[in-house]
This record gives sequence, C-alpha cells and structure tokens, in this order.
Amino acid sequence: MGTPVVEAIDLRKSFDSNEVLRGVSFALAKGETLVVMGGSGSGKTVLLRLVAGLIRPDGGQLRVFGRYIERLTEEELLPLRRRMGYVFQSAALFDSLSVRENVAYPLREHTSLGEAEIAERVVRNLSVVGLSSEVLPLLPSELSGGMRKRVGIARALSVEPEILLFDEPTAGLDPTNSKLVAELILQLRGGVCDTAIVVTHDVELAKTVADRVAVLIDGRFGALGPAAEVLSGDDPAVQAFLAGAAR
Amino acid sequence: MEAYLRRTAVWYGGVGLLTGLVLRSLALPPKYFRLVVHEIEVMGVQSLGVALTAAIFTGMVFTIQSAVNMARFGAESYVGPLTALAILRELGPVLTAILVGGKVASGITAELGSMKVTEQIDALRTLGVNYVKRLVVPRVLAALIVFPLLTVLADAVGLLGGMAIMFVERGADLYAYWNVTTYWVVPKDFLTGVGKSVFFGVIVTLIGCYNGLSTEGGTEGLGRATTATVVHVTMGVIVSDFFITKLFLTLFY
Repeated sequence: MGTPVVEAIDLRKSFDSNEVLRGVSFALAKGETLVVMGGSGSGKTVLLRLVAGLIRPDGGQLRVFGRYIERLTEEELLPLRRRMGYVFQSAALFDSLSVRENVAYPLREHTSLGEAEIAERVVRNLSVVGLSSEVLPLLPSELSGGMRKRVGIARALSVEPEILLFDEPTAGLDPTNSKLVAELILQLRGGVCDTAIVVTHDVELAKTVADRVAVLIDGRFGALGPAAEVLSGDDPAVQAFLAGAAR
Repeated sequence: MEAYLRRTAVWYGGVGLLTGLVLRSLALPPKYFRLVVHEIEVMGVQSLGVALTAAIFTGMVFTIQSAVNMARFGAESYVGPLTALAILRELGPVLTAILVGGKVASGITAELGSMKVTEQIDALRTLGVNYVKRLVVPRVLAALIVFPLLTVLADAVGLLGGMAIMFVERGADLYAYWNVTTYWVVPKDFLTGVGKSVFFGVIVTLIGCYNGLSTEGGTEGLGRATTATVVHVTMGVIVSDFFITKLFLTLFY
C-alpha cells in the first residue's frame, strides 16, 4: 500500500469546553471509500471539515496528500483543496448564480478554458449526476433538495478531484432520491473519482457505498473496519447506535 | 464586563487581521478587475442620490444658520469661507462616509453574512478560492475610488447649496460671496477632506466585510451583525475622524 491519501493520528478538536473529537486515528488509501457514521453532534462533520482544512485540529496530526495540513496557512491550503471535492449537506450552492454558473465556477477560477469548453464540461458534469441541460438557467432556489445535492456534486466534480468528501449526502431526501444519490456515489467510484469519505447516519447508504465503516462514539472511532464486519459486528455501543439509526 | 472586553478585543483583533490579509492579497488577477468595476457601480453610482441629497441640504442648513447667527456679530460676509471650510474639511467627507458607509457596509455585511451562514464562504474555500481576494479586496479597492469621488461631488453640491440659499434667502451678491470664499479657502482645505475620505472608505468597507465574515447564529445573527455594522461604521468614522484630523493638522497645517 502506498502513502495514504488521508492519514489522521490522534486527532482532537474542541469547541469551547465541548470536546468533540478525542483522538481519532485512521488512514484512507487511494481507491477506498470510508463511511463515517455517528449520531447528531458526534463530530462527523467536524472530522470532514478538518480533512478539508476548513478548521484546525487542537491536537494530533492530519496528513492529506502527504502534507501535514495543520501546519499549512490558508493560502497554502488552496492548491490542496483543489484536489478535493467537498459536497456540503446543504449543497451550499451560490444562491445568486444559476446552475450553469455554479458548476462553471471552479473552471472559471482555476482554468483558462474558453466559453465553449466550459459549457461542454458543465453539461458533462451535470449528466454525470443525472441532470439534463434544462436545469442550466435555473437558480438554486428553483431546484428541489435532491437536485440541489446533485448540482453540488457536479460543482465538486468540476475541480476534477482526487478525493470526494460527502457531508450527509442523503440527509433530508426521500427514499427514492436517497437511493439515487447512493447509486451516484457508487457510479463515481467506478469512474470519475475513486476515493471518498462519506459522513452519514444513513445505514443503507453505508451498506451500499462503503469499503470500510467507522462509527464515531464519544469522540473516538468505536469501530473501524470492513463494512460488513462493523455493521453486523457485536460491539454493543455500535449496535446500540445502529439500532437507533435504523428506527 | 469581562465578556464585553473580550468581545471588543476579539473584534478589533479580527478587523486588524483582516486588514493584514487584505494588504497581503492586494495583487488581484486581471479577471477580478470586473469585480472592482461592479463594486464601484454598487457603492458609488447607487449611492449618489443619498450622498448628494444629504450634501445639498446640509450645505443649505449650515449656511443659513451661519448667516442668521453671524449677522448678529456683523460677520455675515464671512459665511462663504466658514461654510466652505466646514464642508470641505469636515461635513463633506464625514457625512458622506457615515451615510454612504452605513448603506454600503450594512449591504456588504448582509451579503457576506448570508454567504457565511449558508456555508457559501466555506464552499469558496473548498473550491480553492482565496475568499479575501474574491470578496474583500475588490470592495476595498472600489471604496478607495468611490469615497473620494463621492466626497468631491458632495463638496461641490454642498457649496452650491450654500450659495443658492444665500442668494435666495439673504440676497447675497454671488460674485462677492465667491470671491471672499476663494480668498480664504486654499487647495489644502479641499485635499485634506478628500484625503480623509480615503481612510473612511477603507475603514467602513473593512468593518462591513469583517462583520459579515464573522457572522454566527443563523438569520438572527445576520440581523445582529447588520445592525452592529451601522453602529460600528458611524462610531468608526466619528472617532477616526478626530485622529485623522489631528494627524493632518500636525502634518500639513
């Protein structure tokens, strides 16, 4: 196995007196999908934001693409982030820009492509996430929740990422849309981007897309291992969480 | 009290840090120049009405008050230079900064604050975009151009308003009024006022941007941040005016 794409050692993060992460360690290899599960407020999103360098750890080490990101300045982090695609729970689309401009945004920022090439790539990325060019002129406020998520994924794909970070990709979606998003993540693994961290409390999604599953309990990984092993294991804390999540 | 002092220290520190980041990010890629032009339009063109209406009425009020009261001391002939000095040195730049600054900065806070609470700032960061360069620097550069220009226009309109009211209300001889005014008023009076407006433009824009970028607590927090910006801008202009005036008087008087 080569250098892991992401490697966390004893990662800690607190907000005021609330210790959210109390020593999380894991390594993510290229071509692997790690699903991080846990209840609301367990620190799943915090972990994802740490990996993207949006917040700084209080302790421990975090290496992404071979660089210790806790030592990098915001400016030094920018080129690193262009190698990641971050899909927000809320999609976080630019609300004053159309779908076309949202998906084209990273291309306009970081490339010198002509308008025709940008238009072609926007349509291609939208088709990857199952959207037709009819949505191009629409504003984010005119889209359904599922469509917004998919446009968010299309925008993340525009940077041609080496790793995708999904924050609760199925939260707030109906079962049909949740299934579509799960299938989309699987499809992306097979082609566009094969490495991902997916943060979710959706057991079905974890079963569908995970190579390995980690369960965050009390700020630490209560379990970390192959999906089948963790999801059907006998750890009482993990099973208690899964039973709660299934209800 | 301790919490208040802590918040105040964090605020001043935050504005200071943002100023440092802006200074480090001043070199913009050419494609961002259209953002500067857009901001000039938003800040300047759309604020012309407010700035000029305030200037003409302030000029008229100040002049008529001065005329009525200076007449009691037999000094009505000095109303022209008095009004001109007040407008050029203080009223023009300060009123423009408070009115336009309040409008512009609260708009900036609302826009950036709404981007912050909806994670759009984080989205920019995850796309590898330097958000200070993209969102703050173009606004500061636009303010450097807009505030002095608006001040020059406000000065001119205020002076004309004063002259007009002296002619209409007091029957002043405009030729004599203008001659006395230009005899006593020198280019330095005009330039120090315009110089102040450069500082005010930067101060109000940085306040608006910082309050927007540090917004927390959803839409309620956004409302609080926008209100705070209006207060901070007003106080920032009034307090900094004293220190800038003192500095200019020391350097140029």
